[in-house]
Amino acid sequence: MSSHAATAGQIDHHHDATTTTGIPNKKLFMWAFLASDCMFFGTLIATHLVYRLHPPVGTPDPRDIFAIELTSGSTFVLLMSSLLMALAVNSCQKGNVVTTRKMLLGTIVFGLIFLGVQVYEFVHFVHAYGLTLSSSVFGSTFYTLTGTHGVHVAIGILWLVLMYIRSFKPADESDGQGWIMRGVLHFITFAAMAVLSLYTLLALVHGYEDGHGLAYFFSNHFMAFFGCVALLGGLIWFAKPRGPVDFGEANAVDVESMGLYWHFVDIVWIVIFPVVYLLEYVVLP
Amino acid sequence: MDQSLTNSEFVGHEEHAPEAKRSLIFARPDHKTGIVSWLTTVDHKRIGFLYGVSALFFFLVGGVEALLIRTQLAVPNNTFLTAQTYNEMFTMHATTMIFLAVMPLSAAFFNYIMPLQIGARDVAFPRLNGFAFWVFLAGAIILNVGFFVKSGLPDIGWFGYAPMTSTAFSSEFAGDMSTDLWIIGLQTLGVSSIVGSLNFIVTIINMRAPGLTMMRLPVFTWMTLFTAFLIILSFPAITIALVEVMMDRNFGTFFFEVSGGGLPILWQHLFWVFGHPEVYILILPAMGIVSEILPTFSRKPLFGYPIVVFSGAVIGFLGFGVWSHHMFTTGLGTVATAAFSLATMAIAVPTGVKIFNWIGTLWNGHLMMRTPMMFALGFVWMFMMGGFSGIMHAAAPADAQQQDSYFVVAHFHYVLIGGSIFALLAGIHYWFPLMFGRKVSEFWGKLSFWVIFVGFNVTFFPLHFVGLNGMPRRTFTYDDNMGWSSINMIATIGAFVLGIGIAVYFVVMIYTYFKGEKVTRDPWDARTLEWALPTPPPVHNFDVTPKVHARDAFWDMKNNKEQTIKDAAETAAADEAHGGVHMPSNSWFPIFTACGMLIGALCFANHFMPGAIVGLAITFAGAWMWSMEGPGGYHIHPTKDENDLGKS
Repeated sequence: MSSHAATAGQIDHHHDATTTTGIPNKKLFMWAFLASDCMFFGTLIATHLVYRLHPPVGTPDPRDIFAIELTSGSTFVLLMSSLLMALAVNSCQKGNVVTTRKMLLGTIVFGLIFLGVQVYEFVHFVHAYGLTLSSSVFGSTFYTLTGTHGVHVAIGILWLVLMYIRSFKPADESDGQGWIMRGVLHFITFAAMAVLSLYTLLALVHGYEDGHGLAYFFSNHFMAFFGCVALLGGLIWFAKPRGPVDFGEANAVDVESMGLYWHFVDIVWIVIFPVVYLLEYVVLP
Repeated sequence: MDQSLTNSEFVGHEEHAPEAKRSLIFARPDHKTGIVSWLTTVDHKRIGFLYGVSALFFFLVGGVEALLIRTQLAVPNNTFLTAQTYNEMFTMHATTMIFLAVMPLSAAFFNYIMPLQIGARDVAFPRLNGFAFWVFLAGAIILNVGFFVKSGLPDIGWFGYAPMTSTAFSSEFAGDMSTDLWIIGLQTLGVSSIVGSLNFIVTIINMRAPGLTMMRLPVFTWMTLFTAFLIILSFPAITIALVEVMMDRNFGTFFFEVSGGGLPILWQHLFWVFGHPEVYILILPAMGIVSEILPTFSRKPLFGYPIVVFSGAVIGFLGFGVWSHHMFTTGLGTVATAAFSLATMAIAVPTGVKIFNWIGTLWNGHLMMRTPMMFALGFVWMFMMGGFSGIMHAAAPADAQQQDSYFVVAHFHYVLIGGSIFALLAGIHYWFPLMFGRKVSEFWGKLSFWVIFVGFNVTFFPLHFVGLNGMPRRTFTYDDNMGWSSINMIATIGAFVLGIGIAVYFVVMIYTYFKGEKVTRDPWDARTLEWALPTPPPVHNFDVTPKVHARDAFWDMKNNKEQTIKDAAETAAADEAHGGVHMPSNSWFPIFTACGMLIGALCFANHFMPGAIVGLAITFAGAWMWSMEGPGGYHIHPTKDENDLGKS
């Protein structure tokens, strides 16, 4: 199970000789955890449905609130992020570190777009329709359920970012621990970039919605925009090649476990989207 | 302890992994003795011991709470406890006994015994195992903080029914956080249980010795697997329910708030979807222990091994479909009531099958009436009694009369004390010689058994009658003219006899630890793999990983010594070719991360958000540094003359 013995091209990614079943321990652990996570979401979805079946007086009609086109779009983006995740696992199993990084970045970006749409949606619901956690039991169950899913996506993005940074660990550690400090700075840059770019993008969208043009956006959010550009430069600098890295085929099981989690979070959304959103548009006789 | 768990076989050289230059915080500690070695331990035997000691401590705490309750109920119109204190006592008695005594004591055996039974060197994720223990301890602290602060202990019952948990009913004064502590404490314990169980599942499925197929697993290992699956599948329901009630209390949601259209009955459903599997989480390990003890002391293999295993699976599976029998009086409607009534009666079938298999094991056996056997036989009889009263209130019309009465109290104490506790006490005596190399004296062991047995029955048998006469649970006193007085006095006397029995048990156990009769390997002439080890087991468990050729693997080894010696020689040669037995280094980060959770949880319960964020940051930092610390590890080279698996 030691990852040190691994050299390119000799790892059987479908059989681990050190375990009884041939399934790597990490992967089996993730499967068992996802079984458990199913029950978490099952309970939340059940709660939501119970109150949709027994709506108290004064519950708003969700069809008046939902922007179904937008949510459909973000659903598509999330599903496509799973494709990139699968490609990342595939390229890591082939020992192609550069492609793995690109696919991880793509997954992160798509995940961030989904999260950004969710933030936009929540803000919009609160401001335009007054739907809050305590405005009605619909608000309580809707925000708790979709918010919990959003937290799962955010944890997935955090994990993806950490894995991306991990892929820069130098193979030669003899120069001390500079890479650990660099990794911390890399992470801070990445986190700042994620938050600031979401903020900037949402500011742009809100500006357009209020009828302002690009000039308004740049005059009001110049610092944020400039910050994004600067952080992007930082990320490019961190991604500069610095010799051989201690990352490759041997880490494929880690990437694959993360992929299992990411696909699971997608699958949960495939359940939530029809049940919470689409079902509202089904007109019962 | 020092000689037993720290005395590892450091013969030959000890080589570390190639030295990477790492700063102090990422260097893994390799302490073999002292306090640091315990705080940083990743050894499943030590973690099991820590679980056991903590569980026994909280078992005593819960027992004292029980005695306070019985003292209050000894005479009518008693003023020994106030109504408020009484509420706190029955809440904490149940919460402590279930989550802080029986579950962790089972976890202690899972940790200590299960890897030995499957011939593994440790669990699949040793650091995560340590983390599960420290998080358990954090949860236990959070639940018991109420002893020392103004808001007091939780007083909402272990079931925390809505709307009693709403701020309107449970926060009696500004800053009353007793209910928040209960919520966050159970939440923390849930993290511990789920993480620990995931670890056990991977370990049992993936780390079995060569030849140890699933249908050769010892029954205790099977029950560990079923319990772990029950935990990972049922705890999410209570976790989400607790999240929802936490949102209600802190963020103004209406999940269980009637004023906003919330349905309190939903809490009952979510709670019992967790709560009923929880009952089997408490009893399946006990069934596993008894299924080990009865064959050993009957000198026979377990009767009908496959059907015992499948019955365990069926119990676990049906356990998810019977939760509403806790809610027959809430007006579910006739169809639901009939369905849950039938499902509940159906679950008696696999349970009855197990009882008959245990009797079949005893049948024509050469019974050795040793102390563990006494407790195990007590289990079979007392658990059966509890099962009978269980079937009585599986019938919904009867249950309508028994609901919330002392009849129910009598029932579940028969299955929890007569069942779980008897089996766990049996397990302690059974495995004590393996863990510590000493054996309890038969006279004192049996004396403690009889005092416990008599005290337990004198306490709880009469409660059936007072329950059927209408005495309600969770009520702090009763009037003289109800006709309940003499029976309550008898029950209280019984409770103190039971208390004396438990005290004798503990004194005997502690005495045995220091001064008991010394024993060598395999004192009971037992059947399963853990007894192949010297006592106490060395840190690396098996000098050579055993090869398993049959069910009751160690019995088979004792009867096929040539094969065993041949296997051992082969495996030893293979091990040495790989550089010896690889052992993991210790780690600071499991306890560090758990401390972050403790800080965050306590601050959150106090509505002190900066502290909660700091706690979360410590947790994240701990998890990150955990992933960054070096691989560590060292190799052990067991000496040749210790490869004596076959000699006994």
